[in-house]
Amino acid sequence: MNRKKSIFQLLTEKPWETDQIEADNDHEGRTVNISKQKLGLRTIMAASTVLFSLFVVAYSDRMLVNDWRNMPEPWLLWFNTGILVISSIVFHQATKYAKKEIFDKTKNCLYFIGFLAYSFLIGQLIVWYQLINTGYYATSNVANAFFYLFTTIHGLHIIGGIYFWGKTTSKFIKRSLKKEDINNLIDICAVYWHFLLVVWLVLFGLMLSS
Amino acid sequence: MSDEQDHKLEAKSDYVADASSVSTPDIDAVPEAELPDQELYHSHSWWTTYVFSQDAKYIGIQYALTAIGTGLLGLVLSWLMRIQLAFPGLGWLEPSSYYQFVTMHGMIMVVYLLTALFLGGFGNLLIPLMCGARDMAFPYVNMLSYWAFVVAVLVLLASFFVPGGPTGAGWTLYPPQAITAGTPGYNGGIILMLISLILFVAGFTMGGLNYIITVLQLRARGMTLMRMPLTIWGIFTATVLAMFAFPALLVGCLMMTLDSLLGTSFFMPAMVSLGETLTHEGGSPILFQHLFWFFGHPEVYIVALPAFGIVSDLLSVHSRKTIFGYRMMVWAIVGIGALSFFVWAHHMYVSGMNPWFGFFFATTTLIIAVPTAIKVYNWILTLWRGNIQLSLPMLFSLGFIVTFLNGGLTGLFLGNVTVDVPLSDTYFVVAHFHMVMGIAPILVIFGAIYHWYPLITGRMMNETLGKIHFWITFLGSYAIYFPMHYQGFVGVPRRYFEIYDSPYIDTSTLLLNKFITIAVLIVGAAQLLFLYNLFASARLGKKSEKNPWKANSLEWQTPQMPPEHGNWGKELPKVYRWPYDFSVPGAKEDYIPQNQPPSEIIGAKVEKT
Repeated sequence: MNRKKSIFQLLTEKPWETDQIEADNDHEGRTVNISKQKLGLRTIMAASTVLFSLFVVAYSDRMLVNDWRNMPEPWLLWFNTGILVISSIVFHQATKYAKKEIFDKTKNCLYFIGFLAYSFLIGQLIVWYQLINTGYYATSNVANAFFYLFTTIHGLHIIGGIYFWGKTTSKFIKRSLKKEDINNLIDICAVYWHFLLVVWLVLFGLMLSS
Repeated sequence: MSDEQDHKLEAKSDYVADASSVSTPDIDAVPEAELPDQELYHSHSWWTTYVFSQDAKYIGIQYALTAIGTGLLGLVLSWLMRIQLAFPGLGWLEPSSYYQFVTMHGMIMVVYLLTALFLGGFGNLLIPLMCGARDMAFPYVNMLSYWAFVVAVLVLLASFFVPGGPTGAGWTLYPPQAITAGTPGYNGGIILMLISLILFVAGFTMGGLNYIITVLQLRARGMTLMRMPLTIWGIFTATVLAMFAFPALLVGCLMMTLDSLLGTSFFMPAMVSLGETLTHEGGSPILFQHLFWFFGHPEVYIVALPAFGIVSDLLSVHSRKTIFGYRMMVWAIVGIGALSFFVWAHHMYVSGMNPWFGFFFATTTLIIAVPTAIKVYNWILTLWRGNIQLSLPMLFSLGFIVTFLNGGLTGLFLGNVTVDVPLSDTYFVVAHFHMVMGIAPILVIFGAIYHWYPLITGRMMNETLGKIHFWITFLGSYAIYFPMHYQGFVGVPRRYFEIYDSPYIDTSTLLLNKFITIAVLIVGAAQLLFLYNLFASARLGKKSEKNPWKANSLEWQTPQMPPEHGNWGKELPKVYRWPYDFSVPGAKEDYIPQNQPPSEIIGAKVEKT
């Protein structure tokens, strides 16, 4: 049951050798010692990272053409960024409470996170509204188009997160979870929240710096 | 302090479900350190059993049938195109229809047939069975994946019925022409195509998540990674590639959809179209090409790697011999997968690029031939002194080796910039990629279907019909594609719907065009034999015994054949060896199934390979 093996060690095993056969017969069937949900989330995050990296590459490539005109960053975007940061912190707190089994506080945290996530989405929509009203259409410059595209894709990821947050929270409130599952699921949602914060910081930073 | 303690305790009892009320599977049979058995969804109605099924076996069959159905449309399209090419005088097709058919044929065959059939079809059918799991990790998500695929296919087919018809931009969908007036389907068909692809990617991501997690986490006890059948290695690695490659397609599709619908300028440069200046400016068509081929090249291996894996297992089983160099085969699969992300620009030599850039990609392209060649050598060495059974799966596997070698060698030509530039827009390229990623994987698919058909239906497919099908398909494909190499060398351009009476084109090529078309019609018609065999054998076929090919891998060791819901009856299998112990000296039978305990084969001496 060697879990600490690196991919290279795994690939160089010699499955025909006697020692290896004995060790292999005891293998429990899992490659890594984490829950399938957690590994699933990591897979999705890896795919999302590729997706956002390709957007960043496309952005950096397109930026070099001379028709590029920067768009302003409304102060509300900073505010929304703040909301995301706070919701990540609260989620971190929620995982701590869940681990210590202070479940009432966990519940409050979860509610607050939901409120923050919806506020973030509404905040982003208000930013859109403001920008459109001041004439920054997606068609008027490609920088604007990238802004709308990035916020949409990031927003869709947030909506996906809200779906799983909702499932976790409702199961939690209905008390239909085992203790390990509570920790596992809240952990997973928290990691995803941190991931989306990082993605947003990268995208926002990219748009600020150009 | 004590208050808080009480509060905690109370909260604990409140929120934590009573362990006895949550259904825990029976784990009596296994020692404590083991993982609990997987909880399964049990269907109750006809709809949830056969239509919205969450059983990976059913989903695999659904995927396969949908993909084959779509593929038949691709086949008919190729007939229509070939008739036009052979007999341009008939006025059979409009130029626009020809381009639309080329586009739809290409996209259907690559994405909606091959990718869906190998990963969705064989992946779903074989991963849980070969790994010794009861089902996929997330059965519900798996079902969603299939239905997203169905919707993607329907959207694709809908594009035939919108004004302007489907897109005629070529399967590479290069902007600016794909969304500019003058290209067939530039405002309706292309949008549906892009939406369909976006749906496909979304659906595939859900399926791919399942394949990866199931292979990594839900294997039977004793099934280490290096004891997995190569089929699983191939499908697994291809899925990983797809998870990294499809986002590039998604990015390209999203941005082109916006360019077309909203009028943004991600890919669209400033242009004058039909005398009018378009509103776009500054967009970069080359950027799309990079995105497309960053997906497009791994896509070749998404199709090829499962084929490599499956053919390795077929060769081993049907020559009753251990696969030669198992570890090297695994390394080659992983190595090809990694390298496939560094070769994409060899599809863009004629788009123009820095010579050093081209040099880099030519080098990586030639390097990827090394692990590929290792695989071919190992297949041949597996056959060497094997007890070769010329069964249907073996025939198709042998056909694969030859065809893949042939297509691979022309790939070496085309990987070099200087050779590629003159050949790039000729039929040589058409011949190359049809050999290497059309015919070769399709032969494996046929072999795999003949091989695993008894597992699905409990009956064998008709051998005689199968042999006729094989010889017509195999020889017929050579009749189609060998002449195309020659046509390419003498400079017949591809993508032309008619060659007219050009003085630069040798008249022999016109005759060849007729010959090729007749071969296409015959080979296409021969597939009807296969379809008849496929559907009729489910009722009329000879009843198969359990494990008819005497294979070692777990899918044949289920208590019932075909396997039932949950696959393994009461207890999950336990694995003691890899699936390649054939003809072991001292063993009673010439095969030792993976789950046969060592105590039952004491005399057998397994040799290293």
